[in-house]
Amino acid sequence: MSFVSRLGHLRNSLWIEWRIALGFLADNPLQTLLISVAISVGAAVIVFITALMMGLQDNIIDKTLGTQAHIRIEATRQENNLSAIRTGHYVWAIESPRAQRLQTINNWQEVRDALDKLAVLNTVSPLISGPAFAQKGTARASVALMGIDPERYAGIIDLNAYLREGRFSVGASNVLIGKQLAEDLGLRPGDKLRLDAGDNRQAVVDVAGIFELGVGELDSRYVYTDMKQAQTLLDLPGGITILELKIADVFAAEYWAQRINSLTGLHVQSWMESNSQLLNALSSQTMTTQMIRVFVALSVIFGIASVLAVSVVQRTREIGILRAMGSSRQQILRVFLLQGGLLGLAGSLLGVIVGYTLVQVLNNFGGLLFVIRLEPSMLLSAILIATVAGVVAAMVPARRAARYDPAVAIRYV
Amino acid sequence: MLNRAAGQQVVLQLDKLNKVFNAGTPLENHVLHDISMQVRAGELVALVGTSGSGKSTLLNVVGLLDESSSGELRIQGHLTQGMSEQQRTQLRSESIGFVFQFHHLISAFSVLDNVLMPLMLRFGKPSAEQVAYGEYLLSEVGLTDYMRQSTNRLSGGQQQRVAIARALVTRPALILADEPTGNLDTQTADEVFSLFERFNVEHQCAIVIVTHDLRLSSRCPRTIRLTDGRIVYDGSSAEINNLTV
Repeated sequence: MSFVSRLGHLRNSLWIEWRIALGFLADNPLQTLLISVAISVGAAVIVFITALMMGLQDNIIDKTLGTQAHIRIEATRQENNLSAIRTGHYVWAIESPRAQRLQTINNWQEVRDALDKLAVLNTVSPLISGPAFAQKGTARASVALMGIDPERYAGIIDLNAYLREGRFSVGASNVLIGKQLAEDLGLRPGDKLRLDAGDNRQAVVDVAGIFELGVGELDSRYVYTDMKQAQTLLDLPGGITILELKIADVFAAEYWAQRINSLTGLHVQSWMESNSQLLNALSSQTMTTQMIRVFVALSVIFGIASVLAVSVVQRTREIGILRAMGSSRQQILRVFLLQGGLLGLAGSLLGVIVGYTLVQVLNNFGGLLFVIRLEPSMLLSAILIATVAGVVAAMVPARRAARYDPAVAIRYV
Repeated sequence: MLNRAAGQQVVLQLDKLNKVFNAGTPLENHVLHDISMQVRAGELVALVGTSGSGKSTLLNVVGLLDESSSGELRIQGHLTQGMSEQQRTQLRSESIGFVFQFHHLISAFSVLDNVLMPLMLRFGKPSAEQVAYGEYLLSEVGLTDYMRQSTNRLSGGQQQRVAIARALVTRPALILADEPTGNLDTQTADEVFSLFERFNVEHQCAIVIVTHDLRLSSRCPRTIRLTDGRIVYDGSSAEINNLTV
């Protein structure tokens, strides 16, 4: 038999198998309805819980990374240099770790330019960061001076989006301060503020704007100024202390941090390293979600399998007569596989609609602090997986039906 | 009537056919012993015998629903021993029609679809000509008005008529009927049996009917009696009826 005629034969065969499968399902509408509802509940749970967890994780990551760089590059940390030890000699030494004074990155412009050429990086932003005191009248607060290049820094934190009062302006006489600091020192836009970085390096500046990043530590300590002002106050003329990077794929940050470290020899830290606890929590959450999905999917598979197993027993005589009338074992096998697939498809379609509705209800009326996104690809994959699961679930009952001895099946009571 | 089939093509030929269940085990059961017989096109044969005599086993083996243990079985000249499962299925769907005591219609389909089922299993979507033939057969068994209805709405006799139309739709050379009237009242059984007689003449197909009903078996020109898996009589029904009386 040629390939074309085999294909034609299969097409003809599938036509009647499809009809028999649909006929069997329609012949017992209550059973079909009940298992479809059960499958749809499972599919809805999978869609809903996946979307909810993805939304929650996206939100946590967005919130965490919205106020920090993905990768931070600092000068190499200072360590003690021990004199070389001659072979065969032993030296006892008591070593005190060195204090890490503010250090600048050597040739930072060259490093920045080299990193600018990396396509995976979205932003490379220089930063001069160091400690200072902020003073208004007799009130003083310990702050972190942040000297930024406003244009580049917008790619790290879009300060404009977090501005609550005043205007966005950083320069020799203008700074942005956090909301908590403004409250602590009683400052409003337009007020004067004294910055003291020690060793008589002081400046009086205007508060141009007040921002609220939503992280208490940052809102109470960050004072944004321009690079030159920060370099002057921190006595780092022409230097920077940190290069901050944003990367397209946030989960590739650790890989690129290690690559940049090996390329530059500088101290490089990714957000994944500095937020290892958060990542651990997220991966635990992901694992829990996966477990729930697997167990729900398993219960759906066993549900379909048990219904089809009952159906095979109920239809033993019909299977026998179909075999007597000339249907092959493969045809009987496919009839029940199709039923499994159809149940999975119908149930998952219903489940996806229910899951989608639940998500929309939560988004609109649930009072959530974040929006749950439902990707079409996720819905399609849920339908596809449920349909395939239905076929897989039907394997055992279908094989049993196909193995029936027609002479025995016909006489089954 | 016996002579009507003389000279016709041999549809069914058995030569020293044996069937042993659980061979080689303590539960071994030799059900059919050296069965040899021929059935020609146009013959109407009653297969009779007491319960457990091997009638249904013989019908299953002849219908290729079960395999013999030894001996030869030929259907329309095709030797069935050594055939693959696929070849047996194909030969069964092309050459044999079945009618059972319990009609075994498929409730999920209409009356017409049930009749067309053997064709649909072989060819897929039926052609207009095939549908017309199915409708013709249903009109022949008096069920024109029920074609589009579900089989659940039919009486036992009507359902058995559908089963007969279904057995004929592939124009088989051989029809095997296993107590087709066993579940019907006398009048309905007579009507159904008349259909077998009519189609036997009109379609010239060989029909082998297993029955316990001597009244109906006497209407068949030829009777084969089985006792303990052996053919103890093969000849004129009138003659065996006289002997029985």
